[in-house]
Amino acid sequence: MVNYMAEPLVFHFEVDGDNFTSAGQASVQVKKNLRELGIDPETIRRVSIAMYEGEINMVIHAHGGVAEVIVSDESVEIILKDTGPGIPNIEQAMQEGFSTAPDNVRSLGFGAGMGLPNMKRYTDYMHIDSVVGVGTTITMKVNY
Amino acid sequence: MTINDIKDLLGAQVLCGGENLDKEIHSACGSDMMSDVLAYVKEQAVLMTGLVNAQVIRTAEMMDMLCIVFVRSKQPSQDMIDLAKESGMVILTTPKRMYEACGILYSNGLKGNGELHG
Repeated sequence: MVNYMAEPLVFHFEVDGDNFTSAGQASVQVKKNLRELGIDPETIRRVSIAMYEGEINMVIHAHGGVAEVIVSDESVEIILKDTGPGIPNIEQAMQEGFSTAPDNVRSLGFGAGMGLPNMKRYTDYMHIDSVVGVGTTITMKVNY
Repeated sequence: MTINDIKDLLGAQVLCGGENLDKEIHSACGSDMMSDVLAYVKEQAVLMTGLVNAQVIRTAEMMDMLCIVFVRSKQPSQDMIDLAKESGMVILTTPKRMYEACGILYSNGLKGNGELHG
């Protein structure tokens, strides 16, 4: 558990949208940072899985974006922001198995329509703010 | 069983993480779909897969797994091995196919995670 923090710690990452191989680098780094801060392993696991799914989504759908992770006394907050195509129907996108990912993504082991539902499953709070043609911002929180 | 037992049972070759072969393993899973691994796997320490790309290593890392077994003699790239080394993961490659590899480990007492409940 985190000791009392005077101010929340903020980590900032650029997610490269052109390189599927490097997708997930930010999540790996966050995992390391949280470990160094002494956060409990279950929280680290939930944060890193949710962020990793989000990062993969950003690379598949939105040509990358930016990720911000805010570590406070009570929770770890993850904010993923992209300027991709946006999500026309969020309710549909949240259904397990619904995917708009191209076939080549499936051959890489993703695109099963599990990303967004999984992000919700592993976090205590998730909000999607999306405008078609403008982009998507996803905010997630994992409480200690 | 230990990772070393898995290596022996599958006639597998160690590609990295040889120093961690004595680690104890209680359950495993097999999948080529990383989305499913991220969604359904819980506390399995070994991932068996026929998929070869960097995301396999990262998925396993996110799930705190200790070992990846590539089936059908698949060979990960040096970059993938380097990624695995960074987190101390053991990488094995076996000539056995997925079904057989899973069957051998299961029949030797290595369980999965039961059925899905919601």
